[in-house]
Amino acid sequence: MLGFIIRRMLIVIPTLLGVTIIVFLMLRITPGDPAELLLGERATPDSLEAMREYLGLNEPLYVQYGMFLKRVVKLDLGETIWTREKVSREIRQRFPATIELAVVAMLISCFFGIILGIISATKQYSWFDYLSMVTSLFGVSMPVFWLGLMLMLIFSLTLGWFPMSGRIGVGTDLRIITNFYLLDAVLVWDWNALKDALSHLALPAIALSTIPLAIVARMTRSSMLEVLRQDYIKTAKAKGLSQTRIVLKHALRNGLIPVVTVVGLQFGILMGGAILTETVFAWPGVGKWLFDGVVKRDYMVIQGGTLLVATTFVMVNLVVDVLYAVINPRISVR
Amino acid sequence: MRGMPEASTQKVSYWARMTNPEDRHPFFDQVEKLLKNRTGVAGLVIISLFALVSVLAPLLSPHDPVENALYDQLKPPVWQEGGATKNLLGTDDLGRDMLSRLIYGARVSLTLGVVSVGIALVFGSFLGAVAGYNKGWLDNLIMRFMDIVLAFPHILLAIVIVAYLGPGLRNAMIAIGIINIPRFARIVRASVIDEYEKDYVTAARAVGAKDGRIIFNAIFPNCLAPIIVQASLGFGAAILDAAGLSFLGLGAQPPTPEWGAMIAEGRAMILRAWWVMTFPGIAILLAVLGFNLLGDGLRDALDPRLRD
Repeated sequence: MLGFIIRRMLIVIPTLLGVTIIVFLMLRITPGDPAELLLGERATPDSLEAMREYLGLNEPLYVQYGMFLKRVVKLDLGETIWTREKVSREIRQRFPATIELAVVAMLISCFFGIILGIISATKQYSWFDYLSMVTSLFGVSMPVFWLGLMLMLIFSLTLGWFPMSGRIGVGTDLRIITNFYLLDAVLVWDWNALKDALSHLALPAIALSTIPLAIVARMTRSSMLEVLRQDYIKTAKAKGLSQTRIVLKHALRNGLIPVVTVVGLQFGILMGGAILTETVFAWPGVGKWLFDGVVKRDYMVIQGGTLLVATTFVMVNLVVDVLYAVINPRISVR
Repeated sequence: MRGMPEASTQKVSYWARMTNPEDRHPFFDQVEKLLKNRTGVAGLVIISLFALVSVLAPLLSPHDPVENALYDQLKPPVWQEGGATKNLLGTDDLGRDMLSRLIYGARVSLTLGVVSVGIALVFGSFLGAVAGYNKGWLDNLIMRFMDIVLAFPHILLAIVIVAYLGPGLRNAMIAIGIINIPRFARIVRASVIDEYEKDYVTAARAVGAKDGRIIFNAIFPNCLAPIIVQASLGFGAAILDAAGLSFLGLGAQPPTPEWGAMIAEGRAMILRAWWVMTFPGIAILLAVLGFNLLGDGLRDALDPRLRD
């Protein structure tokens, strides 16, 4: 198993290198002078010349890539064109907001998805099964941003249950420690702030969780159905164990193995979906920042944001694969 | 006369071959299986309706989809107070008829699905077939590159590609096509490797067929099932992605009646006119649902191995 984990970790290196190559090439393929693209139209000839020097535009392409990679490894992602802030600083401020949103959305979809999947599998072809499978089909067919807007229209604008956008109320004064607001509120024992942060988080997290919820429910159902047909479950039944015990203790352990992979994949996809959801709810995370960068043609932001999201995606997949090997004893044989 | 019976079967009509279960082409078996699958039929019906609507758009739509009517701004749907039969689903802030825009929107979305899935299918199948057939370093090179493309969450990659190419419907289609290439490449490669060892391929090689001919005339038709399933599911995903891009202002530009762009327009008047934002979302939901249902049905009918 250790061999598998090491091999799997080694595969990450060429993939990450490939990601940096694509991000590097994107700017060079775009028509126009990269220095001008990066500095914007207001740049002076001097600063343009300095940028050309910095990017090494007079050097051959592979030297330029080497310089780019060296900076990336040192986490030097340059400055944004519009605000002249360090890209790495901006990311440090915004990334926790995205992670917080994605993790809560994932927890919602795992919790409800697995429960729905288990009930559907144990009561196959019942009305509950049909209803939950039809609902999940609707769930995967829905545009996330539209669902977000509908939730906003119903629960915030019409019913007034939740705030419309943002991450925390203007009047709430929370001492920021980690930039994960939920965690910060717990750390300083500020229950009002926690309540406020949660109510801001509710709608975007629900919107973002729909698609993964539907996929997790479908996956859990089909995987549980397969497990429930196996001989060892019959044995357990013959032993006279209760249905609940069989499902929760015997079947679930094997049934959830394939679900783990799906959850990991979905977590990565969620990072992409966050761009739309964050834009709808004005959630100050990396997704909205990246989108604002696209609108303003701020190539430094696009470059930094793309690198960050893609790297996170690759790393999450790595963790999931390793986890999969740990919980699935069949893999260690090889 | 040994050749006689074969010669006579040539003359049997297609209808007879379809209806005679022993003699007909396997394609019709698959069609029959699909038609027995309720999910697949439901999807087929929904998609046919959308296709029909988009073909007959000029006949069906009561008004011009892009013509402004400044006296009819933000009219609610007919069943709400202030609504009129002139605009069954109401109008938007420029007085344009919602129903007509939705009908023309079906055209935009279906075209976009066809083009972007087409791009992904052609390039993906080609790369996948070349990789699977050659194995070795070429296979490694192509598939590692596909892995790298897959290392980006796909909507992000689409956004970034459009950010560099410039916004617009055409570039959105290209971007969505590109991000879907790896899916087709992987599927085709796997099927080609499966088929490669089979006798009919060896036979084709023995009679001296060239590589290109073996891949595209012999192997490819046998890999069609998973490709068709993926294409149907990819269609729905492409419509969703394109709607997302247009919603962000990166896809279709005004006044094109694209559903995602219509939602973006409706967002500004979410409180005053709920219908401007709501109906395009329902249209997207139904169209994508249709392709997902068809995809599920096709998978069950054509390729039971893929069932999840």
